[in-house]
Amino acid sequence: MTPLIVICIYLGLLLALGLGASLLSRGSSKDYMLASHSIGPFLLLMSLFGTTMTAFALVGSTGEAYKEGVGVYGLLASSSGIIHSLCFFVLGIKLWSFGKRYGYTTQIQFFRDRLQSDKIGVLMFPILVGLVIPYLLIGVMSAGTVVSAVTEGAFRSEFFAPWDYGVPPAIGSLVISIVVLVYVFFGGMRGTAWANAFQTMIFMVLGVITFWIISDHLGGLQAASQAVAEKNPSKLMRSVAEKDQQKYETDLAKWRSLAEYNYLTDEKKESVLTDEQKQAALAAYKGPKFGNWKARAEATLAAKQGLLNLTTLEKNKAYIMQDDRQMPDEVPASWGEAILAGHELEEVARNPAASKKAFTDEMYNKNLGHPEDDLDPNDPKKGKKWSRKRVEGVYKATKWSPEPPSHITPLQFISYMFVPLSVGMFPHLFQHWLTAKSAGSFKAPVVLHPLFIAIVWIPCVLVGVWATSAMNGPAPMIPPHFNQNAVLSKMVSDISTPLLSGLLIAGVLAAIMSSLDSQFLCIGTMFTEDIVVHYGGKDRFSDKQVVVIARSFIIAIVAVTYGLSLLEPRSVFSLGVWTFAGFSSMFPLVLASLYWKRLTKPGAYACVISAIAMWIYFFIDSDFAGNSHYLVFGMNPAATMVIGSAIAMVLVSLITTPPDEAHLERFFPKKSES
Amino acid sequence: MRYVVWLLVVALIILRQDLWLWDNDTLVFGFMPITLLWHAGISIGAAIVWFLATIFAWPTDLIDEVQRESEGGE
Repeated sequence: MTPLIVICIYLGLLLALGLGASLLSRGSSKDYMLASHSIGPFLLLMSLFGTTMTAFALVGSTGEAYKEGVGVYGLLASSSGIIHSLCFFVLGIKLWSFGKRYGYTTQIQFFRDRLQSDKIGVLMFPILVGLVIPYLLIGVMSAGTVVSAVTEGAFRSEFFAPWDYGVPPAIGSLVISIVVLVYVFFGGMRGTAWANAFQTMIFMVLGVITFWIISDHLGGLQAASQAVAEKNPSKLMRSVAEKDQQKYETDLAKWRSLAEYNYLTDEKKESVLTDEQKQAALAAYKGPKFGNWKARAEATLAAKQGLLNLTTLEKNKAYIMQDDRQMPDEVPASWGEAILAGHELEEVARNPAASKKAFTDEMYNKNLGHPEDDLDPNDPKKGKKWSRKRVEGVYKATKWSPEPPSHITPLQFISYMFVPLSVGMFPHLFQHWLTAKSAGSFKAPVVLHPLFIAIVWIPCVLVGVWATSAMNGPAPMIPPHFNQNAVLSKMVSDISTPLLSGLLIAGVLAAIMSSLDSQFLCIGTMFTEDIVVHYGGKDRFSDKQVVVIARSFIIAIVAVTYGLSLLEPRSVFSLGVWTFAGFSSMFPLVLASLYWKRLTKPGAYACVISAIAMWIYFFIDSDFAGNSHYLVFGMNPAATMVIGSAIAMVLVSLITTPPDEAHLERFFPKKSES
Repeated sequence: MRYVVWLLVVALIILRQDLWLWDNDTLVFGFMPITLLWHAGISIGAAIVWFLATIFAWPTDLIDEVQRESEGGE
């Protein structure tokens, strides 16, 4: 209950801050949306840092490092340090100058004017908002996951049993969304900037404490990393260590024996071993005795004695069933010719509800209960009852096939340089560029941004990598097939005291909320400026009405996002990369609009349409981000999309009539003689 | 000096690709994976290069011109 109380107090403080900021508001829609351009360098820096340090940076990077290893930092963090600041320099200052000269507040206003096209706004508005939604989704989804994980055991009512007696993720997501909405609504841009600064500082302090506590619990920095070097050396580099490959092959062979044994006994109803042999197998078994350990012991003996006689087709069916994958109505002919390799098995969809069988299967559910109750009240040393997450974890770890060690290819690594280009088209940053008080306020973000990224990402990546080899008594702290989005919260809640867990998770929520708030406000501004005021006319709505319309649109978008968060969860990292890739794919447009006179209106349309068409096609093809290893030509899809949209833009621009010189003069003024 | 800054940016982009550390699992100081340390260095290098950029490549002319225009217009 303690972590829940701490989180509630924190959320209360945040609401008070938002309401406090509203007292300073001048009440106009301009003040609400843009704080009347009065945000200074410190708030701008904190705000930009806060909006960059997201669920993606914390929950996503830790989970992805747990899965893929330290290469994750190089994939996005170091490249972002170079590319983001480059975009500030190359795009931001020029855009600021146009914002100052012509009074733009949104990127659509800029593109409408630059391209002399009203309809470009109609095309871009749903695309930009649509791409922000997965980004919001990351925050909303992560908030629910971390709140639920850290409040495990907070309630006694059986109603909460499906969520391990903690806050259901759906409720956690809802509450966080509402809190952010409230302080955004009352505080506007000013409240958001204040809240961001406050939350960024909270997060930085608590982040350092979290890192220190986790490393200390794992025996110190050296012991934690040394354990990885011994157990999972591939996590310390970007290729697969021979030791890991050998371990995987051994584990896979054992698992195949288990699958074949189960197929013979359960499907073909054959008695593979005599009762005496079974007794001998159980007596000889040396592994941990939980889950399906008896079947494992028997399968090992049966394999040793060469009793697992199945055809190739039967073996492949056995693997599909053991791995809870969906058996196709018509089995491919190739299944009768060769054994399915690990990656071929991965391509067959898994039954999404399969692991829930663990809660009703006596083999797995005998220790299930309230995680704060003793297994044996007469002997507390036996430990606590198992949470549903733990039962499910044991089911997956003992029943499913071992996870193959993963690696990153050089081409894939290089192609990730295209992803941070997204910063050039992210609506909230674009708005900051257009409306900043002075260009000088960009200096600090340009210099400090790479350092801020390093400060947040390096500890997260290390924690994620350490999680692969951390032990909780005799068992791994994070079992195989664990939800990577919950790695950080699991480490925090397992390692620290309840009070500290609450504080640390408040820090994580601070980072999540500090990116949600500015996105909420940004899409509200876009809707009112680019649609409502643009088409309705400036005098049609009062200032108050504009604010109400903005809020209504924000609520509608949050409702859509919340609805999506209730669907099957996706990897936070994958979803984030898809959002970034989408914005990156339109990067050629903003670059050309600032530096290429020959850009034409049809060229711009070609760029945007080809970018979004490729994004939709690839996104669907990747099972809506479900396939986290999805590549196009062996590269991150962003590379193909940026290059493709750039080619479309250049070709169409060159074959269409150039814009008139008088118009271009506004954006490419001749340098004065003086 | 402006060109030196932009050359340094290009150098950072090339150094970021560190294909030479691909299968190196050395732990520097006993805890820091060498590839992570390298990329941390890239981040620090980026901050230094961008600091130089704000000194030697800052578009002062453009900024002054816009400030003058906006002050003249007010």
